[in-house]
Amino acid sequence: MSNSGSDAVFIRRFDAFDRVLHGVLMFSFLGLAATGLPLIFSEETWARALARVFGGFVVAGWLHRVCAILLIGLFTVHLTRIGRRIIVGRRFDLLWGPHSMVPQPRDVRDLVQHVRWFLGRGPRPRFDRFTYWEKFDYWAVFWGMAIIGGSGLLLWFPEFFARFLPGWVFNVALLVHGEEALLAVGFIFTLHFFNGHLRPEKFPMDTVIFTGHVTTEELEEDRPAEYERLRATGQLEALRVPPAPPWLERLGRTVGTIAIVIGLSLVGLILYAVLT
Amino acid sequence: MAVGVRLAMVALVVAGLCAGLVASSGAPPAQDPPTNDVCLTCHGDPGATSAAGRSVAVDETRFGGSVHGSMAMACVDCHTDLAATEDFPHAERLARVSCSTCHSDAVAAYDLSSHALARRQDTASVAATCVDCHTAHEIRPAADPESTTYALNLPTTCSRCHGSADVIAAGRIAIGNVGAAYADSIHGRAISRSGLVVAATCTSCHGAHDIRPGSDPGSRVHRANIPSVCGACHEGIERVYETGAHGVGVTSGIAQAAVCADCHTAHDIQRAEAPAWQLDVIAECGTCHTDQIRTYRDTFHGQVTSLGYTRVATCASCHGSHAIFASDDPRSMISSTRLLTTCQQCHTEATEGFTGYDPHADKHNRERNPELYWASRAMTWLLVGTFGFFGLHTLLWLPRSALARREKRRARAAAPETTADPEA
Repeated sequence: MSNSGSDAVFIRRFDAFDRVLHGVLMFSFLGLAATGLPLIFSEETWARALARVFGGFVVAGWLHRVCAILLIGLFTVHLTRIGRRIIVGRRFDLLWGPHSMVPQPRDVRDLVQHVRWFLGRGPRPRFDRFTYWEKFDYWAVFWGMAIIGGSGLLLWFPEFFARFLPGWVFNVALLVHGEEALLAVGFIFTLHFFNGHLRPEKFPMDTVIFTGHVTTEELEEDRPAEYERLRATGQLEALRVPPAPPWLERLGRTVGTIAIVIGLSLVGLILYAVLT
Repeated sequence: MAVGVRLAMVALVVAGLCAGLVASSGAPPAQDPPTNDVCLTCHGDPGATSAAGRSVAVDETRFGGSVHGSMAMACVDCHTDLAATEDFPHAERLARVSCSTCHSDAVAAYDLSSHALARRQDTASVAATCVDCHTAHEIRPAADPESTTYALNLPTTCSRCHGSADVIAAGRIAIGNVGAAYADSIHGRAISRSGLVVAATCTSCHGAHDIRPGSDPGSRVHRANIPSVCGACHEGIERVYETGAHGVGVTSGIAQAAVCADCHTAHDIQRAEAPAWQLDVIAECGTCHTDQIRTYRDTFHGQVTSLGYTRVATCASCHGSHAIFASDDPRSMISSTRLLTTCQQCHTEATEGFTGYDPHADKHNRERNPELYWASRAMTWLLVGTFGFFGLHTLLWLPRSALARREKRRARAAAPETTADPEA
């Protein structure tokens, strides 16, 4: 949807670093989901088949751990980068304001206004750089990292942690690791996919996370508050970038399609297991 | 010596028969009974058939090699109704041969069997009689490798019916094709692949003549008798089993207490090291221990075994197999004194605190696992809340988004000039 004409003007939204991190996040998350779900649904035929596809439970277990390390690694890199920007770069605007992922009163107003728009009772909210649902997606990863990552480590090294933690912690860890994973998988593969890609205005996908840029036209429509601010402060020209090379656009569409197909397939398998 | 005794017995019987005949007829027989050669005049022809087309041929050599032939028994010793016949060929239908004249114990035992029962209940039954297992004219002692009842041949003999779909259907044999199941079992393979004459065959467990239904308390394969039947060979296991909860249950008359066949199956017994069996037996434990199997399946151990891998703990890994004791029994593998050692079989670095994990935790049981219970409730609400809120959010967004897309397209179609030329 980003290429709406040959004379379109492109504005950078995500830098290369963030896009690579999102790519690693996609890969590790899909890997974790595909290797972990067979355990939760171990009595399903498809779970046994999926475990076999990964070379058996032992290999699947190690792939799961490799993806976990990758995810923890990228999480650390992201935190370090944000921390450096704020502390060393004195980018305090990352803590509050339109450039910040921190939830703010504006997000509540936007949510209410958005729902009113759904119902035809008001205009669409004038979103800024990050919408409330994007912030939810972002913080869900933090919550998930703490709950799934933490419980995962407990389950990876139970002998070590049992030296100072009571036994019931491992019972709880096993439960929340699975349930929280179901929440994460269900959320990303349905709601995030819909919000970011599959809803009619973006269908079949929004390639901004792969190419990093949006057209001024799209920006003005989707995030009018940001567009106005950038134009008023004269930053629009500074953020102008050349169109992404065709190979990047193609790569993004291919990777995105594969991810959506895998994700929706896993959701289908979960629904099949839950409903039968 | 055995042959000598048998010969003496046969001589007695024959003498008795003759005496009986003499007594009943009241006069000496008109002539000697027909010799085997007389019979073989017709029956020695390999193509000899009855009027109904059934073969009535008798192979002289094979009869000679049989236990009766080697004792020089006459055809009419069994076909007694032909002893006084002078007119040959004789009548088409002969009296049924009665083996009990000599083998009264075996026939008495047979009369108690499922085979005899089936024949009494249904005259058209094809249930086995003496000749079905032993043959008619080529009977050899069970110790003779050429005998149909020799250990290595017996499974084939029984499978002629118990491996035949037709007979199983006609006889409504509920247990089905046990011939095939046995052939694939450790016992069957020991016979067919290893030629191991000491391996259990059908008769080792069921007996030979008095094969009775398992529901009959007098049956060798009645639940209460199974441990001693298996223990006849597996004596060491039986001794250990008797000390465990299942064994004590059986001896104290608890009918449901697991016996050998409940876990190992009756006919399809597999090697205990076989992964497939180790996984299957978990479900067998679960047929009685329903709560335990449910909570086991909630754990990593249960999930991995359910996926088909044996690398993690199965029931037997923690509870043992033949001598399973209650957890408060010091002999139990999960008693407080032995639990850590049990965990350390796999979790070599485990310490005392590790044993605080509950491998059968129940998220629905607030008394037993309060932390897990509340964690489960919280997770449920979190999932319901998140999916409920955003699910509704999406459902409302979807039609509005579709509408917005249509409006945008319409606007573009209506004013193509403005978008193409921003300067205008």
